[in-house]
Amino acid sequence: MLSVLLITTAAFFFTGIIVRVKSMASGRKGPGILQPVYDVVRLFRKGVVYSETTSFIFQIAPTIYFASVIMAMLVVPFGQSSGVLGFNGDFIFFAYILALGKFFSIIAAMDTGSSFEGMGASREALYSMFAEPAFFILMGSLALLSGHTSFQEIFAALHIGSQISYALAALATFVILMIAMIESSRMPIDDPKTHLELTMIHEVMILDNSGFDLGLILSAGFLKFTIYGALIVNLFIGVIPYQYAIPAFFAIQFLLAITIGLIESFMARFRMSHNPQFIVVLTSVSLLIFFGVLLILQKFM
Amino acid sequence: MSFIWAFILLPFVGMLLIPFVKVNWKGILSFVFVLINILISSYFAWQGLSGDELSFILPGSFVTGPIPIRIDALSGWFMLIINLVFLTGGFYGLFYMKAYRNQSQNLSLHGIVFVFQHAAILAICVIQNSFVFLIVWEILALTSFLLIIFEHEHISTIKAGINYLIQAHFSIIFLMIGFIWVASKTGSYDFQAISSFSSSVPEPVSLLLFLSFFIAFGIKAGFVPFHTWLPYAHPAAPSHISGMMSGVIIKIGIFGILRMLLVVKTDLTMVGYIILVISLISGLYGVMLAIVQHNLKKLLAYHSIENIGIIGIGIGIGCIGIGSGNQILSTFGFAGALLHTLNHSLFKSLLFYTAGNIYQATHTLEIEKLGGLIKKMPQTAILFLLAAIAICGIPPFNGFISEFIIFTGLYNWLSDATLFSLLAAVSTTAGLALIGGLAMLCFTKAFGVVFLGSPRSDLPSSCKEVPFLQLIPLYIIAGMIILIGLFPLVFIGVLSKPVGLFAGSILQTNQTQIEVFGVLQPISFAAWLTVLLIIGLFLLRKYALKHRPSISGPTWGCGFVAPNAKQQYTASSFVRTYTKLFAPFLVIGKHEDEIKGIFPQKVKYHTAPYDKVEKWLIDSPLKLNKSFMGRFVFLNNGKLQIYILYGVLFILAVISIPVIYQSLNSFISFLKLL
Repeated sequence: MLSVLLITTAAFFFTGIIVRVKSMASGRKGPGILQPVYDVVRLFRKGVVYSETTSFIFQIAPTIYFASVIMAMLVVPFGQSSGVLGFNGDFIFFAYILALGKFFSIIAAMDTGSSFEGMGASREALYSMFAEPAFFILMGSLALLSGHTSFQEIFAALHIGSQISYALAALATFVILMIAMIESSRMPIDDPKTHLELTMIHEVMILDNSGFDLGLILSAGFLKFTIYGALIVNLFIGVIPYQYAIPAFFAIQFLLAITIGLIESFMARFRMSHNPQFIVVLTSVSLLIFFGVLLILQKFM
Repeated sequence: MSFIWAFILLPFVGMLLIPFVKVNWKGILSFVFVLINILISSYFAWQGLSGDELSFILPGSFVTGPIPIRIDALSGWFMLIINLVFLTGGFYGLFYMKAYRNQSQNLSLHGIVFVFQHAAILAICVIQNSFVFLIVWEILALTSFLLIIFEHEHISTIKAGINYLIQAHFSIIFLMIGFIWVASKTGSYDFQAISSFSSSVPEPVSLLLFLSFFIAFGIKAGFVPFHTWLPYAHPAAPSHISGMMSGVIIKIGIFGILRMLLVVKTDLTMVGYIILVISLISGLYGVMLAIVQHNLKKLLAYHSIENIGIIGIGIGIGCIGIGSGNQILSTFGFAGALLHTLNHSLFKSLLFYTAGNIYQATHTLEIEKLGGLIKKMPQTAILFLLAAIAICGIPPFNGFISEFIIFTGLYNWLSDATLFSLLAAVSTTAGLALIGGLAMLCFTKAFGVVFLGSPRSDLPSSCKEVPFLQLIPLYIIAGMIILIGLFPLVFIGVLSKPVGLFAGSILQTNQTQIEVFGVLQPISFAAWLTVLLIIGLFLLRKYALKHRPSISGPTWGCGFVAPNAKQQYTASSFVRTYTKLFAPFLVIGKHEDEIKGIFPQKVKYHTAPYDKVEKWLIDSPLKLNKSFMGRFVFLNNGKLQIYILYGVLFILAVISIPVIYQSLNSFISFLKLL
């Protein structure tokens, strides 16, 4: 339960911090931290516009997308306290329930009949496909290292002792961070602030969404960030007592938001054709983690 | 006993009756016969599945010896799956075949063969006499051939049928090798003889015996590289037959492999690794090719190869579990494989039936020509969507349950493994995850292009939803898909007996069953929660939007005001990046006209995906063979006298070769004496 509370709280500020960092980096003052939340609230109060080409798929998709993110959030633990739904193999459920949301957001984009949205849909399907093996190998390595198969038990059993495990934690952070970037369609995979529809992925898929539905999609995006942030936090807090763990949670999430803001201020998006290569690199990094785990367990004889 | 005779007799009665009734009654009559056989066999199958092994011995004849009929839990499980698919497929076929009412004789043959096929495929599950097994296997091959070539006026259909027939007989050759081998050593056709024979010979020999059976059944199941008949046969057959072929006929190959695992005693760890590697390749290759197909049924056919791969992965890790004495691993492996067999026959037959609906309404299966069908055929669209989500292994439907079980097995495998098996486990995990992602790419393409957006060509004006009666079997299957997703424990409980045949004592008591399958309890809970959350959110959304204005307008064209349907993203463009990335694995024939001049003429762009394995494994050897045989074409000169001369020469050779051999022999022995 604790994890849900923390993740939702952090989600209120996360995107605002990114936006603020970006504006400060470009020499502007920028909007308030809560501005994205106000925007969503305003969207919730608005009416909707539907394209004549669309069918009911377009209307149910945002709801299912949002629900899938909520369900994914429910399995994420926080330190010793397990998620609302913690069970053996919950990370498999985590990956696949997010796929449900993705499936619907892709077909909703195709429902509009717009070639731009079709293009975004195609890219989203391709990139998320490449990210999946990396996640499963990473979780497999951690499961092997800890001897457990649920998020909470894995994270509780991870204790950072040797130098190799520091390296592993750093690599794991990198992999989760990059998966988070792919999933939430941020730099360097996708540029949410680009001005040309041809160069977007996620933003172009939701061009036709409006009002309540758009609000749902945006808030799901906020949550996705902090869900992955929470996974990274879990890599480090292990069995630390709550009075330190909770501040650490917010500190790491804050740091993450600043990092993303800085990356987006000083980096350009990869060329679309380089994205798949980059994402395959992620799989190799997670394989590196796997071999690291083998080293720790002394499986190489 | 009398039931068995009734079961055997019914197809023959059907053969006598069906040709003589009115054309409207042919289908119904054959369905009634199948229905009676379904009732008889399901009764026995259920008994077998619940653990009472049934065994009859038919006297047989001088040639065959006694014919043992054994119905154990494994047979029971497959018989029930077969019956379910024939029930829905037969009922769907009644309506699908209405369009062919003018071909009365054709329909008679189709009806008769349908009943025979059902009887043959059930017989395969229970007969344990290798001689009779081969006969029934042949009946299955021939009936499938006849069912596939229903529209034999099309040359492509005949070609696909003959392709199937030839490959089916390759399968029979390998079966015969295995069976004759054992029969010549033991003198018995009983499957128990295989068992005793294989445990008496050294392990490499029994492994070879198993591989011979594996290739035979693998051709039927469609493992890569034995899959090439499948993408031709499925699209050529009428849709209810394609659904059933994908639903049960390729599964009978899986049944054969599982049966042989029980019968042939060999080094199961080795077998497990072999099956695992082939399955992983099948899974990846199947879905990789499925993505680039433009014909909806061909796409589904390649997807069957992928799913056979997933089933095989389950079987593979199950075998490794038995081999290494890890009962939990083998339980998860076989449970996943058996459940996925049921799951795949559900969603794949549903997909083929919906494809049939599309064909009925639009007379085409070319994805690039379709679009926007969800407005014309909303029920078909929802059913297709449901099956598509299920086949991608996404919760809360049944595909996720079986994949979850296999994943659990894989992660379980990690805990007690050596370096080699760890590498195998992690690459299988990554492969399975990649298969899931690729399947999603494939089905978002299929659903998005066929049902969403606007039509890409002029659809016939008669394009509308099929009658509700025809949709009933589809709704039944959809109901099963949802039920398995929400109540996995019920179905996994039923599976404990067949899995127990492989995994051993672990599932004997209720206590251990709960411990092993307890991992599914939270999954069921999570699935319910997902459904409730979606419904709850949807009601909330409805309430929130009640008093808000809702306007409709054109799709945002990014400033362009005259978009038309041709500018939509097509199936090819949807997978273009993918095609470029995976180019080394694909063969895509391209025809492209160049755009020239200020006022360009109409240009064409055409792509035709082909299969690299088929190119290297089937086409090039055939080509070599043809060019070699071409050298002897002068013998075939059409003169009768010469042909008679060949006959005389042949007879002379037959007579003289032993004589020459003998004289040579005596000459050599004479030399040795010197």
